Amino acid sequence: MSIRTAGRGLSPPGLLFAMLGAAALALPFMTLSPNRIVSGQGVAAWAVAAPGIALPGLAAVLAGLVLGLAAAYPKLRLAGALAGLAGLLWLLSQGAAALLDGAGEYARVSPAAGFWCLGLVLMLQVADAMATLRPGPGLRALLLAAFLAVLAAILWSGLLSDLSVMVEYASRARAFRDATLRHLGLAFGSLAAAGVIGFPLGILCHRQATLRGATLPVLSFLQTIPSLAMFGLMIPILGWVGATFPAARAVGIAGIGFAPAFLALVLYSLLPVVANTVAGLASTPPAALEAARGMGMTAGQRLWQVELPLGLPVILAGLRIVLVQNVGLAVIAGLIGGGGYGTFVFQGLNQTATDLILLGALPTVLLALVAAIVMDILVELARRTPETTP
Amino acid sequence: MIEIDAITKCYDGQPAVDAVSMTVESGTITAIVGTSGSGKTTLLRMINRLVEPSSGEVRINGQSTREEKPHLLRRRIGYAIQGHGLFPHQTVARNIGTVPRLLGWSKDKVRERVDELLRLFSMEPEEFRDRYPAELSGGQQQRVGVARALASRPDLLLMDEPFGALDPIIRTRAQEDLRQIQQKLGSTIMLVTHDMEEAIRLGDRVAVMDGGKLVQYGTPAEIIAEPASDFVAHMVGDVERPLRLLSLLPLGDLVEEGEAEGEPLPAEASLREALSACLWNGKQAVPVERDGKVVGRVTLDAIRARAGHHG
Repeated sequence: MSIRTAGRGLSPPGLLFAMLGAAALALPFMTLSPNRIVSGQGVAAWAVAAPGIALPGLAAVLAGLVLGLAAAYPKLRLAGALAGLAGLLWLLSQGAAALLDGAGEYARVSPAAGFWCLGLVLMLQVADAMATLRPGPGLRALLLAAFLAVLAAILWSGLLSDLSVMVEYASRARAFRDATLRHLGLAFGSLAAAGVIGFPLGILCHRQATLRGATLPVLSFLQTIPSLAMFGLMIPILGWVGATFPAARAVGIAGIGFAPAFLALVLYSLLPVVANTVAGLASTPPAALEAARGMGMTAGQRLWQVELPLGLPVILAGLRIVLVQNVGLAVIAGLIGGGGYGTFVFQGLNQTATDLILLGALPTVLLALVAAIVMDILVELARRTPETTP
Repeated sequence: MIEIDAITKCYDGQPAVDAVSMTVESGTITAIVGTSGSGKTTLLRMINRLVEPSSGEVRINGQSTREEKPHLLRRRIGYAIQGHGLFPHQTVARNIGTVPRLLGWSKDKVRERVDELLRLFSMEPEEFRDRYPAELSGGQQQRVGVARALASRPDLLLMDEPFGALDPIIRTRAQEDLRQIQQKLGSTIMLVTHDMEEAIRLGDRVAVMDGGKLVQYGTPAEIIAEPASDFVAHMVGDVERPLRLLSLLPLGDLVEEGEAEGEPLPAEASLREALSACLWNGKQAVPVERDGKVVGRVTLDAIRARAGHHG
């Protein structure tokens, strides 16, 4: 309160965002390079296009940052952030066309540090305003759907097709679709497998303290293995399995490819699934369990009717960790031929083609973000019933 | 009738409950009272086999509880505990309907029973049926807990410190409610408490436990008037003992011929009330009436003699 009165109604995070945003405007907004490999020339935000075209975009960005200062009006701050993002989009699309005009056949334009920083600052402003507004789970789902729809519309419209990353996409549309399917398969498939193994294991660990004492340290140890080492370890192990058992080879188990990547992800997923299942089941109020037993519920009835429903939010929170973690880790699968967005990242690294790296990294970030938001909504829905007694 | 026959529970060779035998008549409230560690809760939990007895047995209406699977046995014995133990994720109606559902009652029958019980506990079904436990007051939660224990019309209702989590003011109210409901339904109740006051107020019979043994089992008047040991006397509390006894005895026993001034008291009123009427008015005696007619008086001397006799 004292900060607010001292700042005469200014939002402290808004002030920080405005200052960071102003500083970011001084950074190069886009780069123009003669081809896709060499590093290019930075261009400031006001110079990306003719003043008449660049100014409205700049004005929108600045207005968005200024609107973000009004502490008392979170809706205004949200609207400002969205206006600012629209301004960024305008500068990017108009700038790309203007910069490429007459720059040569192989010339490429990419967003640069200024764009990314401003984008981040405005996204933080969105998140901050949303934290104040506290929309319910239904509204959050609706907003997420609207965001994805707008994003899809922008990509479909070709508004950004001049950007280097979109050029990379255009020449790999089919590979991109395959990578997307493979990435989703790795992330969700390993989640499902971890659930099939982890839930029963968690329930058993909840019932038997000795099993819990033996299992959780082993799973924690697995979690500490660095991801590169884990994927690397899978190669000789599964390679040996594939070479020794023809049946295993027949279903596609080999040292490289989908199988080792999948297995590594499952191993990483077990700790959050098992630990959160145990914690969720243990969170049942002891009096409720005692009453359930005293009323004649069998062990199975207590599990399904009392312990699991009451532990569901904690269990779902474990799945959220797994999903977000696996979306990110699946990138490394590209290194051992597992496919997914990692393929583009590692190809890009080998070719020093930054925009190809982005083609792998950006959808990964988006996927992790969407997964996190969707899982948060599910956790909140599972928590709907009042928990504590007044 | 519930017969407890030489029931014993040993933990690591140490008896927590040591060869306790007692018989509980149907339609009565039996209060098991003792300090913590006296074995009272273990005794109660052996009746529905939440704790398996080391030896001895319990018979309900002549049938040994060992003849049935524990979870089936528990479905026909009501069970209410301290802190109610309601399921926080289920509505009041679902909580109350738990045992009837386990017994496979039809949906309509369960719904009917839930509404009947809510009305019995003076909670309007329309208002309370769909609430969650967290949306109820402490007293309401406790009543729902007892209603849930009674839902399937059990042969016997076991209660472990059912009023322990309530604050003292609602506790008295809750005890009166339970007494009324028990009389209306004619249920058999065994309840565990550490509070002798509660045991005396609620119990038709009081069982005092100490160190795993049943040290005295009798009516409240017997427990107060003739404590079987120093421990029981201590539990009852020496100071208030005469007054407590007086509050249990009706005036009718001491009526004698004669006149007295002042408002007559009904013959069912307690000697304690007569004592306070005498002291309040500064009189030596108080008139007693039966069916609206004055039948005599009770003198202060007679009350004193009665209290002093056991004092």
